[in-house]
Amino acid sequence: MFEFCADPKSLEGFVWWSCYLTNGKHMAFYFSFITVLSLLLFTVPLIMALGFAGALARRSQIAPVRWFGWIYTSMVRGVPDIIFFLFALIALDQGIEYLRHVALCPDWSEPIRQGNDFRVCPEAKMPLGTAPQWIHEIYGFVLAAVGFGIVFGAFAANTLYGALNAVPHAQLETGVAYGMSPRQIFRRIHLPQMWVYALPGLSNLWMILIKATPLLFLLGVEDVVYWARELGGSKTAIFDYPHGDWRLGYFLVLLVFYLLLTWVSEKAFGRLTAWVSRGQATVGGTT
Amino acid sequence: MSCFETLQDYGLRAVGIGERLLPKTDFTLCEHVVLIGSGMIWNLYFAFFALLLGFFLAIGLATSRASTNPWLRLPAQSFIFVIRGSPLFIQFFIAYETFVLIPKLGYDLNLGFIEITVETRWLTKAWLGALIVLFLNTSAYTAQIFYGALQAIPRGDIEAADAIGMSARTKFRRIVFPSMLRLAWESYTNEAIFLFHATALVFFASFPAWRQKGDALYYANYFADKTFNPFVPYPIIAAYFIFFTLVLIVVFSTVGRRLNRHIKKT
Repeated sequence: MFEFCADPKSLEGFVWWSCYLTNGKHMAFYFSFITVLSLLLFTVPLIMALGFAGALARRSQIAPVRWFGWIYTSMVRGVPDIIFFLFALIALDQGIEYLRHVALCPDWSEPIRQGNDFRVCPEAKMPLGTAPQWIHEIYGFVLAAVGFGIVFGAFAANTLYGALNAVPHAQLETGVAYGMSPRQIFRRIHLPQMWVYALPGLSNLWMILIKATPLLFLLGVEDVVYWARELGGSKTAIFDYPHGDWRLGYFLVLLVFYLLLTWVSEKAFGRLTAWVSRGQATVGGTT
Repeated sequence: MSCFETLQDYGLRAVGIGERLLPKTDFTLCEHVVLIGSGMIWNLYFAFFALLLGFFLAIGLATSRASTNPWLRLPAQSFIFVIRGSPLFIQFFIAYETFVLIPKLGYDLNLGFIEITVETRWLTKAWLGALIVLFLNTSAYTAQIFYGALQAIPRGDIEAADAIGMSARTKFRRIVFPSMLRLAWESYTNEAIFLFHATALVFFASFPAWRQKGDALYYANYFADKTFNPFVPYPIIAAYFIFFTLVLIVVFSTVGRRLNRHIKKT
């Protein structure tokens, strides 16, 4: 990055460090922190949408919809999330390719599963075999994010379902007494009142989500864990910046990053709780 | 090969008994079920010992955290903060890298009646290293739950104990500890479920599976990689986990009922 970095072998001390920490791979490492944060921002709307869908499905009048909601929300309690991620990633990938295969190559006669192979026609490959590398990376990231969304959406659905049930019934009856339609009651009374009950669960979920982000590494995304392992591994003299096994140091940096992230989130949620509690007849709201 | 033979060959494969080589081609459903089930031995082993040992450390941590002495409170508080604030996945990596850096020496440990050699390289093996990580992790989470419960014990109960002149020891044993467990039990059950699920991470973090002796997810992933078909191994491992989670819930709620047996049912 700096001009004096042209010959790294001759450098020492502070200059060596300033060059080492700004080389191309380290820039990719710093960028991967943004990958993690963008995953968080990207999945939250998806999680909330799936959470609401799941919670409303569980409250539905139609029995099959209710059963579906129940299965969706209770699955995640019984199965480790990592299994879901690994499963959802391949299942989504193959599902999309299969649908494209059916749509794009109607005359393809060979079976899709040949022994241990999953074969679709070249036009149905996602992304196309000819696509540049960055498309592959973005696609992998989006698949991983959707996987996160599905799993954590189920957790959110549980929380929101509980919160919707926790709103005092008298509040809703008041709405009926005023002649509001069910839709109006939901939008103007039920939903705004629910947040104070949902927030403890959602903040907990957010903490779990933060701590699940390193699992991106297992899903093949080049995230912070990938780069920490890559950069920390010992480098022999053929490399520009030879050093021993520094993985412990890199992981300690990640540890500090996550500690900061959870600490900041805790503070932010404290404020948010105070804000949604205003005017509520709860212990937090009366003061 | 019949399913019974598969069971003989691979039933205990995860602990190194039976056929050395894993199946390579033409995987049958039976092989899936048997091998993944054999891997569950490791998940159960990790969950059982981490929870058992973690329970005791958690009691110590929770009481230190609630103590007025800063020399006890601050270390407990920071330990709980670091463990609860960082991902288990990162903790696995940090622990493994630390264990690798420790010199590979053996220590002779004299237990009085028997002398055994404790080797530090055991730490880099999953059975000990990963167990330590899971143990410390669950201790911190459980300590936080127990600490919350300690704060929630009705003041009147403590005052009553003081009034009848109980010693600090008796008070803890008869009043504080049982009330704490009762109040914490629901959340503790959840933590136990989380820990059990976290055992699936062991061989996916940094600890290598020595001689392909892995846990259930290790084998499920092995099958999924070979067949490129996720729709068979993952539902099987999911079914195993659901089953054992239900067993865990039953065990914990039995204990919970016993803890609350004097309370009138409404």
